Amino acid sequence: MIPELGHFALLLATGLALYQAIAGYLGAARYAPALMDGARNAALAQAAALIISFGALIAVYVTSDFSVVAVAANSHSLKPLLYKVAGAWGNHEGSMLLWSLMLALFGGLVALFGRRVPPTLKARVLAVQGTIGLAFLLFIAFTSNPFDRIDPPPLDGHGLNPLLQDPGLAFHPPLLYAGYVGFSVTFAFAIAGMLEGRIDAAWARWVRPWALAAWLLLTLGIALGSWWAYYELGWGGFWFWDPVENASLLPWLAGAALLHSAIVCERREAMKAWTVFLALLAFSLSLLGTFLVRSGVITSVHAFANDPERGVFILGIMLAAVGGSFALFAWRGPMLRSNAIFAPVSRETALAINNLLLTAAALAVLVGTLYPLVIDAMSGEAISVGPPYFNLVVGALFLPLLLLVPFGPMLAWKRGDVAQAALRLWAAGGIALAVGVVTLAVQTKGPWLAALGVALAAWLICGAISDIVSRVRWKGGAGVAFARLGGLPGSVWGSALAHAGVGVTLLGIIGATAWADEQIKAMKPGEQVAIGPYQVTLEGVGAVTGPNYSADQAVLKVERGGELVRVMRPERRFFPAGRMTTTETAIHTTGFADFYTALGERPEGADAWTVRLHYKPLAPFIWLGALIMALGGLLSLLDRRLRVGAPSRRRVAPAAALPAE
Amino acid sequence: MTRKQRRFAFLALGLTVLAAATALVLMALRDTIVVFYGPKDAISRLASGDLKPGQRIRLGGLVAPGTLNAKTGQKEVSFAVTDGQATVSVSYNDILPDLIREGQGVVAQGVFDTPDHFTADQVLAKHDEKYMPPEVAEALKKQGRWKEGEGGAPVPESGAP
Repeated sequence: MIPELGHFALLLATGLALYQAIAGYLGAARYAPALMDGARNAALAQAAALIISFGALIAVYVTSDFSVVAVAANSHSLKPLLYKVAGAWGNHEGSMLLWSLMLALFGGLVALFGRRVPPTLKARVLAVQGTIGLAFLLFIAFTSNPFDRIDPPPLDGHGLNPLLQDPGLAFHPPLLYAGYVGFSVTFAFAIAGMLEGRIDAAWARWVRPWALAAWLLLTLGIALGSWWAYYELGWGGFWFWDPVENASLLPWLAGAALLHSAIVCERREAMKAWTVFLALLAFSLSLLGTFLVRSGVITSVHAFANDPERGVFILGIMLAAVGGSFALFAWRGPMLRSNAIFAPVSRETALAINNLLLTAAALAVLVGTLYPLVIDAMSGEAISVGPPYFNLVVGALFLPLLLLVPFGPMLAWKRGDVAQAALRLWAAGGIALAVGVVTLAVQTKGPWLAALGVALAAWLICGAISDIVSRVRWKGGAGVAFARLGGLPGSVWGSALAHAGVGVTLLGIIGATAWADEQIKAMKPGEQVAIGPYQVTLEGVGAVTGPNYSADQAVLKVERGGELVRVMRPERRFFPAGRMTTTETAIHTTGFADFYTALGERPEGADAWTVRLHYKPLAPFIWLGALIMALGGLLSLLDRRLRVGAPSRRRVAPAAALPAE
Repeated sequence: MTRKQRRFAFLALGLTVLAAATALVLMALRDTIVVFYGPKDAISRLASGDLKPGQRIRLGGLVAPGTLNAKTGQKEVSFAVTDGQATVSVSYNDILPDLIREGQGVVAQGVFDTPDHFTADQVLAKHDEKYMPPEVAEALKKQGRWKEGEGGAPVPESGAP
């Protein structure tokens, strides 16, 4: 009964999305308030219907109803409850429903909180949201119904891929999707604004919070995914330039550019066409990512569906959305003129350069990701574009970008003064230089590039601090200064934090790659290995049993200078349900460094076990930096100035609360 | 600066960045892409000088039965990759991915240090016992050694990052 209820709610949502689209377009074109209200109500009803549908899906998974095909294929009665729930979106069908639910929730939020958006613009935004929703709901209904039944039902399910049975991964997809789909709102605003012929400061003001919300959710989603890969896959890596990782990085880069260009558009009414272009690009890249993952054209840990029919359907949706929106842009874009005048040295120019470099980085990653597909299609030759390409290209484009970051907030609008900015930044520059030189002198291994990177990170962090300090100015005593500090707008804190966060992540990346100590040993029980500051002894390997797996567990005694630090227990788990083995790492972190252990196989006939040990200085900073960036985004989102005269007073909280859904 | 000049300056800046990025991408692509070969293809290319020892490639095929050899007390492993027509011996100095088995598909990335020995720095394989790397499946299909429906969902697992 519950699956039928879920299926019915899904079909109802499809109908409501159709109505939402038609009523929105027609209502705005004819200025018919009844129709525009209809679109608004349909958006809310569609969100409600999909909440019911998704709730039904979770209920089916929790009760282990194996008469549903997707449950039988992806769940197991012995699985812990969290993974039964997470199993609902740990597969193609369920994750598409989650995608649509997120889309409908964003549509519902626009309907609820966009009271001050002019009615026609809002109706058109909802119409575009409805159209996208309709396309994906039809896709689910025709090719990937998560409620399909099977008769007779199997006695037990196949189980969720054990790699995905992890708390980090339970929350990674919802956050990531919220980020992807959040860009549908900026996309919808861009289309609606072009249809309306209205792209101005007010438009940018409505768009910017959505761009910020989507970007910060995407930041968290990507960071969580990377953290998961780090501790779950057991290779010690945190980013593999896997096509699917790239697919999430692309909208992130475009979204970061959009955030910055929307500021210019809002404050100075400049870069209008470019901002619209980025809004279209960010969501187009989200769709491309969805297509790449779902169609099976690439192979990756994430590619769980490789059904050509589904691929063609999503390709159709993507081509229609991208083709349609960019055709509209080609037609309406030239009309988007801006009359703002600014000098070559100004905040505007700094943000324009930021945009150019971020977009160039996105395009370079895109080329590297698609190149093997193109070569394969054209000549049949199988090639791979790996980390060396991406590290080189993204590194080369990010170097000038990061060098320029601290200057941006220091320059005035319209006409900036480099000398004045340099005056405020000399301390930061001096510290960065000193840090770089000291690093170069002190580091025992790692290339000179690592010292350069550390200097760059120090430059970003100190630059962000200088930004705050220069706004406070220590005049009139500490009390006045602190009052000023508290009075600084959230967006100032936001940008300073986000920029510093980039520096922190950069530190982590350098520490974890250039200075890591890595040893792969065949260890006999009782054998001791020295790594980093630690001495590690393999006490033994025993067998343990979990709820749905059995495992070999190594007991590693970790000492530092003769004192016991910790006993670590990495495991190799065998899951009978899927006949799969996974590596369960054990990580000891001090907050400034990770000691990472993974257990390998025992070679046949040997009395030794392969053990992988990594000492990674600064590794936790990678994710700490991402958290700081997201916090910066949140502060910026909560800025009073965004809300005064902005379309809604309470837009912010619901968007940020989304992941809880 | 007039409106026209400003626009020109921005266009010039944008084009410069675009040109620099394009040059960078093309250069990086030329230097960093890795081509996939089967053992027979690789050996004939080595003989003709098309492929040189030291050049990074991906070598893919099946792990030849009876060759997977993890030496006791050492982490170094060796195995042979075959496509039924030619065989290349491979050594690898790291933990092998879980469930790499004789007779199963494998992709090794690395270099030929001599014309008949390959040193891998990365081995890709898959958890699923039915897995076949897509390139290997393609290569075997071309030789008629592959039957449809044998392969599971292809999902590579990377050995070393």
